[in-house]
Amino acid sequence: MTKSTTEPIWIRCALIGTAIFFLALFLFMPMAAVFIGALKKGLVVFLQSLIEPDTLASVRLTLLVAAITVPLNTVFGVAAAWAITKFNFRGKHVLLTLIDIPFTVSPVISGMIFVLLFGAQSALGAWLIACDIKIIFAVPGIVIATMFVTFPFVARELIPLMQSQGIEEEEASLTLGAGAWQTFFRVTLPNIKWSLLYGVVLTNARAMGEFGAVSVVSGHIRGATNTMPLQVEILYNEYNFAAAFAVSSILTMLALVTLAAKRFIEWKSVVNCHSRSSS
Amino acid sequence: MLPKKIAILLFSLVLAAPAFAKEVTLLNASYDPTREFYEEYNRAFAKHWKDQTGETVVIQQSHGGSGKQARAVLDGLEADVVTLALAYDIDSLHKRGGLVPGNWQRRLPNNSAPYTSAIVFLVRKGNPKNIKDWSDLTRDGISVITPNPKTSGGARWNFLAAWAYALKQQGGNEETAKEFVKKLYKNAPVLDTGARGSTTTFVERGIGDVLISWENEAFLAIHKLGKSDFEIIVPSISVLAEPPVSIVDSVAKKRGTEPLASAYLKYLYSDEAQEIIAKHYFRPRNEQVAAKYADQFPQLHLITIDDDAFGGWQHAQAKFFADQGIFDQIYSS
Repeated sequence: MTKSTTEPIWIRCALIGTAIFFLALFLFMPMAAVFIGALKKGLVVFLQSLIEPDTLASVRLTLLVAAITVPLNTVFGVAAAWAITKFNFRGKHVLLTLIDIPFTVSPVISGMIFVLLFGAQSALGAWLIACDIKIIFAVPGIVIATMFVTFPFVARELIPLMQSQGIEEEEASLTLGAGAWQTFFRVTLPNIKWSLLYGVVLTNARAMGEFGAVSVVSGHIRGATNTMPLQVEILYNEYNFAAAFAVSSILTMLALVTLAAKRFIEWKSVVNCHSRSSS
Repeated sequence: MLPKKIAILLFSLVLAAPAFAKEVTLLNASYDPTREFYEEYNRAFAKHWKDQTGETVVIQQSHGGSGKQARAVLDGLEADVVTLALAYDIDSLHKRGGLVPGNWQRRLPNNSAPYTSAIVFLVRKGNPKNIKDWSDLTRDGISVITPNPKTSGGARWNFLAAWAYALKQQGGNEETAKEFVKKLYKNAPVLDTGARGSTTTFVERGIGDVLISWENEAFLAIHKLGKSDFEIIVPSISVLAEPPVSIVDSVAKKRGTEPLASAYLKYLYSDEAQEIIAKHYFRPRNEQVAAKYADQFPQLHLITIDDDAFGGWQHAQAKFFADQGIFDQIYSS
């Protein structure tokens, strides 16, 4: 590299220094604070606060919500991406824009929408109550709100990839006599699997971590409708800092695992591409 | 991967369903500062109920700003009982949804308020800003922490206490009172949605010079976080806050929990419950228990909501906290 194509050393140092400073300030220090706070009173308190019944219930609920929303949103995401990238139809762009709504709407509004829709003050809500079906302030409401917030992730991951891949391979498969399902499972799915996994990982992370929308529809019933993020807030507000940080540290660990999974998937997909192009 | 997840899901649903069905549950939707109190009371009541009837009752709690909780119950949160910060919020269950009858407040003794509290100041140890009374809160450079009266019951009591103080000063009238609270809220850098939020802002995040607080909440903060950090200042005038309780008739009827819910609220007036109440720094109604814990509570000049300055909750709410009410006028201008 010659002098004319690179910046003076002090500029490089200043830029790198600034980046590291911001990373330390906004990322490493808060993360360290979470783990230090969690373990401040020792490992025993840490573990005890995790097996406390209300906290355990929040972990169970969070897992249940993720177990419902992630598969459903995966199916939806694949279907939407497939429809948008492999077919031409009227209103395609409208659909594409609509998918982004959960990204652009504040999560609190997402929650409010469902309270307005299913709440006792609405006609639908009154009917549901008469039929003794509980949606909001119960588990179904939390699932619905979480699904709403997380449904774009898979589709958004897949659409650019599938657009760049085009439809030639599918056309080839169909002309060679494969059926639609066969084409999907043998041709389309293998082509998108790494991006799909990546989308699933992101969906899962958001489903477990969502606070705003879930907070609005939860009703905050202890041991029943509090997810882990809500439980963190409750513990914190009850001066139970060790426990609040213990639950936070679990959520933070989840984030770290998600990032690791993301790196792994990216690495895998790159390797995959190389082996495909070289073969 | 997919079938496995679905299997887990079905499995957990199967497991969860009978667990919910077996117990008699009761949901108490309450306001912020009662968390610790009801945790202990619920244990005592569950034992009492078991002794009396042999039935196992699981009491679930939900806490939040009083107004927000009333809103949630109106929106369909199936609370069998509400134990809120002020009568207006239960009134709105009657007015907007017909969830409780109009005479709900006369169904239990003492205006359906089994405990009372007052409004006091919490300041940092040694009172560095020398805060003695309400007038000090309007001084320049004093930062006051109080929740938002639109969502928090405690915040409304805070506002009214300040208002009462201003009215009772020499030459005090509505105009001077308005000016006074306006100055006070100018000194408030944040308005949290509930009392507990304000307490954490003040004690945990270290913001502000003075917290206008429920007496029990101030005691709890000192108790939980150590006497060395904070002290309580008693203003010359405070309000007698009467946090009321009620069955939510429509829910209890539907769920068949009326006798249980009614017993749950009645037991709040028992000696055992009144002791627990005093232990959690609420002022008990029972005179013997009150006498026993008299040293714990500072002597206060207390004004009730039915004082001429306020004229009851319906009137006070419309005048001060409704849209375009006095709070909106002084806060937005």
